[in-house]
Amino acid sequence: MFDKKYIDKLRKSSGWPSDERLNQGPVAVIECIEEIPCNPCETVCPKNSITVGNPITNLPKFHDICTGCGKCLVVCPGLAVFMIDRTYSETEASITIPYELIPLPNKGDIVIALNRMGETVCKGKVLKINSNKNYNKTNLVTISIPKKYSDEVRFFKLEK
Amino acid sequence: MEGGVKLKTELAVIGAGPAGLCAAIEAAKNGVDVTVFDENKKPGGQLFKQIHRFFGSEEHLAGTRGFEIGNMLLDDAKKYGVKVMLDNVVWGLFPDLKIGISDEEKVSIVEAQKVVVATGAIENSLSFPGWTLPNIMGAGAAQTMINVNMVLPGKRVITVGSGNVGLIVSYQLMQAGAEVVAIVEALDHVGGYMVHAAKVARMGTKILLNHTITKALGDKFVEKVEVGKIDKDFNVVKGSEQLYDVDLVCIAVGLRPLSELCWMSGMKFDYLPEMGGFIPVHDNNMKSNVPGIYIAGDVTGIEEASTAMEEGKVAGIAISQALGKIDNKKGLILLNEARERLGTLRLGPFGDFRHAAKEKIIRKYYSY
Repeated sequence: MFDKKYIDKLRKSSGWPSDERLNQGPVAVIECIEEIPCNPCETVCPKNSITVGNPITNLPKFHDICTGCGKCLVVCPGLAVFMIDRTYSETEASITIPYELIPLPNKGDIVIALNRMGETVCKGKVLKINSNKNYNKTNLVTISIPKKYSDEVRFFKLEK
Repeated sequence: MEGGVKLKTELAVIGAGPAGLCAAIEAAKNGVDVTVFDENKKPGGQLFKQIHRFFGSEEHLAGTRGFEIGNMLLDDAKKYGVKVMLDNVVWGLFPDLKIGISDEEKVSIVEAQKVVVATGAIENSLSFPGWTLPNIMGAGAAQTMINVNMVLPGKRVITVGSGNVGLIVSYQLMQAGAEVVAIVEALDHVGGYMVHAAKVARMGTKILLNHTITKALGDKFVEKVEVGKIDKDFNVVKGSEQLYDVDLVCIAVGLRPLSELCWMSGMKFDYLPEMGGFIPVHDNNMKSNVPGIYIAGDVTGIEEASTAMEEGKVAGIAISQALGKIDNKKGLILLNEARERLGTLRLGPFGDFRHAAKEKIIRKYYSY
């Protein structure tokens, strides 16, 4: 269900940034391809980089003027926004994931990076945990992964 | 009705969930004397077990967690002087606007000028060999245990049904520390939002479409379930059965209106399977065909907390108008705003059919 075909659909959707923007640094990637009545991403974006408009069942349209602030990751009720930084290093990308599980990982931990079907893709390293009080228990966890997996990895689990 | 203690209130609201509280708050805001009755020990209905953020727009409090919305409603109810009588079972609703209630000690009769029935819904069950084994329960029950009572009923779970309730409760069970091995769905597609399905899928839960639970096994409680593939005629494909070790099965196969009081009061119904079965008809003020009785929320067709709140507001405003607490012009403005917010929530592939069903219910109201 969340296979290659699904990823292709996401890439072609209006919530996906352009390749040009993706290659410039941290940017929000919206994975929302069903017309549900919902628009907090639009309301929260300080740069107006996301438009839902009227009716609010429109799919979010992403405008590439994102600064990578991460507010939309926190507010999305579907936990359907991620932040990708393809420029993290020569060989690695970073991905920021809205994370609502305990225990939280620690900075520097090596975790198992998972794809959209919960399958192991590779190892990841925890770079940052943002548990800002205003985020109201949706933590933002950033991990680094090999660059080639930046469209594939969307979750992680702790090593037992 | 004779005997018992008599209570009087201008507006009696039955059910302190999102619909009932919103109806009560809107009416109380306009100066109506309101009493809400609920059989539970705490108000809020199902809101306090909703730990996830709600969908919608700012005016629907989107991005806010359900229990936080519950707290906001309780604050507002207090602010506007709504009386809430908990631990009171409403056992009767009569066409003359008398309501029978009882607490542990006594039976009382409430006399009201207007009534709102906001009794919500009840979960559907699913029968299969072994279905009565302990730890096979409604998803709503499991959700109450984890999010209200802080008790984890099982560690390895299978959920039956991939509607939003099944998906959300599965996610929350994982937040509570359980492993949800699979979600079993008889249809060929996920019933709820893809974003909810995506959340559990990336955590490792398998979503088994075209599958059903064929039996449950166990001595004192469920220990194993058998899951099989089904063909297009909903027959189990022989040899496809697989056994899973689980200690909890959550049944999330839909809800139906809790409408006994509506039947009892003499309301007219229409049958709309897409809304949960028999639905009491109402007009666009949420007025039933029994004079003085209004209805709101899931009892008028299964939707969600956001729509229940807006329907409650519509009822509360319309009642304020009917009691002469606000003039018709102000009432109409408020009603139109609430109806517009309701309309917004009934858009798109998950809303269009509900919008159409509601239109049908309203047409039916006028046909009686």
